[in-house]
Amino acid sequence: MSTDLQTADPSDVGVGEYKYGFHDPTDNYVFKSRKGIDREIVYQISALKNEPEWMRDYRLKALDIFFKKPMPNWGGDMSELDFQDIFYYVRASAGQEKSWDDVPEDIRKTYDRLGIPEAEKKYLAGVKAQYESEVVYGSLQEDLVKRGVVFTDTDSAVRDYPELVKEYFGTVIPSTDNKFAALNSAVWSGGSFIYVPKGVHIEFPLQAYFRINTENMGQFERTLIIVDEGASIHYVEGCTAPTYSSESLHSAVVEIIVKRGARCRYTTIQNWSNNVYNLVTKRAMAYGDSLMEWVDGNLGSKLTMKYPAIYLMEPGARGETLSIAFAGEGQHQDAGAKMVHCAPNTSSRIISKSISKGGGRSSYRGLVKVIKGAENCKSNVVCDALILDSESRSDTYPYIEIDQENVAIEHEASVSKIAEDQLLYLMSRGMTESEASAMIVTGFIEPLVKELPMEYAVEMNRLIELQMEGSVG
Amino acid sequence: MVSILKADNLQVSVDGKPILKGVSFEIAQGQVHALMGPNGSGKSTLAYALVGHPKYEITGGSISIDDVVLNELDPCERARKGLFLAFQYPVTIPGVKVADFLRHAVSNIRNPDRKEGEGLIPMREFRKELRSRMDELGMDPDFARRYLNEGFSGGEKKRMEILQLAMLKPKFAILDETDSGLDSDAVRVVSEGLQKLCGPEMGVLIITHHERLLEYNVPQHTHVMLAGRIVETGDASLASELHSSGYAGVRERHPAEAAEELVDKSVAGSIVEPATV
Repeated sequence: MSTDLQTADPSDVGVGEYKYGFHDPTDNYVFKSRKGIDREIVYQISALKNEPEWMRDYRLKALDIFFKKPMPNWGGDMSELDFQDIFYYVRASAGQEKSWDDVPEDIRKTYDRLGIPEAEKKYLAGVKAQYESEVVYGSLQEDLVKRGVVFTDTDSAVRDYPELVKEYFGTVIPSTDNKFAALNSAVWSGGSFIYVPKGVHIEFPLQAYFRINTENMGQFERTLIIVDEGASIHYVEGCTAPTYSSESLHSAVVEIIVKRGARCRYTTIQNWSNNVYNLVTKRAMAYGDSLMEWVDGNLGSKLTMKYPAIYLMEPGARGETLSIAFAGEGQHQDAGAKMVHCAPNTSSRIISKSISKGGGRSSYRGLVKVIKGAENCKSNVVCDALILDSESRSDTYPYIEIDQENVAIEHEASVSKIAEDQLLYLMSRGMTESEASAMIVTGFIEPLVKELPMEYAVEMNRLIELQMEGSVG
Repeated sequence: MVSILKADNLQVSVDGKPILKGVSFEIAQGQVHALMGPNGSGKSTLAYALVGHPKYEITGGSISIDDVVLNELDPCERARKGLFLAFQYPVTIPGVKVADFLRHAVSNIRNPDRKEGEGLIPMREFRKELRSRMDELGMDPDFARRYLNEGFSGGEKKRMEILQLAMLKPKFAILDETDSGLDSDAVRVVSEGLQKLCGPEMGVLIITHHERLLEYNVPQHTHVMLAGRIVETGDASLASELHSSGYAGVRERHPAEAAEELVDKSVAGSIVEPATV
């Protein structure tokens, strides 16, 4: 679907700063763990959740792996990230509600300000709202419930769908995958669990909304999506947090299984405040003739390291990642994609657009891998970077590993600056300098934004315009 | 009241090198002026300086509309005061649809006090107007949905400039070689398009090498530029004379500027005005 610039013309824009930086009082919280991470904290989380033993053991093993794994020595600067200065589990309310009226007032007001209940009424098939460590609100359209669709938080799924969880949990991203996946596996809480039965098409998106409220909070949601044969789903997540002077950590793990002939689109509009480390592992397994798509918008955070991956497991599987990154002052977006061709006749496409301004840094880091035997694979990678001023920076790290002949792999990259003659042209038609820059940036990401459903396209354009405000004097 | 666009002893430098060395003229709304001169004489420099290209530094003299001096205004402010340049080389703005761009432009020009983010001209009204202007210029309505100048042919780009002119209805339009690089059909379309737009509300400065544009849009005044100065001003017959016999006569009548032209050309000519003919 396409979007017009004018639909994004923001009427409520008037502030140049981060709009979601407010926070709620925390003195009435139900539970807050002490700071820091050790076995006791993991036992505590597991006990609070009344978990079966297998999950507690899984967590404890993962914790050992976390301690053993070194910090990554690539990507962004994590020197200020202190694992012992973080709250690993915070519960704000007693439980998950089915009506917004039952959600505690402060929290409900926050989601009102974020526009979630309104969006739910207009164009969503289901919503999960996670506040700190737990999901505080959940809904799913009645007819989808009847057709066997499951949309719940992952904690409830451990209780209510143990067979499915045991079968798939940790199979796409094992605890050993990387340090942050291990950390998530040890202390995970919340996140979405979705099962779409064979042949069921969900017309409207399901949305999850993640909100951090506490200072020095760590949010570790764990999402598991299983799209059974011939089914389809569009899942959307949004994220915001208050602006604090000290850092918070968001480290999610998202595992997706797209079975034969199924389709899954996973859209992220990440707009964390600029004090959040966003270190996320996302991976999908796509089976025969299925389609997996990541649409990944990274606008916020202090540092994001995120490379949504698709393993193309059987012939005919297709993978696509559309990635937009906007790095403003004090931000580093180290984003990209991974495509691993494990079977013949699979295809993938990566389109990445990044914008750097005000000293921000954006990096494209991507991998295209074709294993031996996966012949007749196709992959196309295009990454374009736009740099708005001389203080900003953009880097490209494309990795290509091909162990099979007879494959078609293309990679194109471009870096551009806003040209003086483009600004002159637009300004000579009555645009102010900042309006002209915003228009050029909006145009730059248009090929991606037009892939989004209209509501999200409008949101994306609005966020970009907010980011652009005050960018030129 | 009829507005006047005035250049008074205008001096302009590019990268510290003087290009315009004292240019004066007055254009009233409703008048058509032609500006001619050999390559490198400073015609495009004048066009860019009038609309406020930041690289073109005004070192002396002034540009004004009705005694309001524009020297310190940026291109946006000048556009909102009624100046328009049809560019010789319109740039591509990838991903920005013609209709979106024009709706913002029209909103700004018609409401010069509009701030960024404030309301735009109503969609329905805008679409209707855009469609009829495109129709008059023989343009496919699909143009409105294309990205601005992306993949446009030379003729399409120039037609797009004329469409903008038609939508923005400036007080003063400067056309920089709008007829260059076009085949004769395209020149006719552009010439006829401009002819329809000219009227008592618009003053026009046509910079051209060719005769066709001026056949359709007969100038009351023709200025000849040589080495950064207007050396002669006449009527439409001067334009015809230059077409038939070239600039040799002008150079003979103005030996000092002709000598200066040779010096200028070796330094700056190709930078400020890429050869087009």
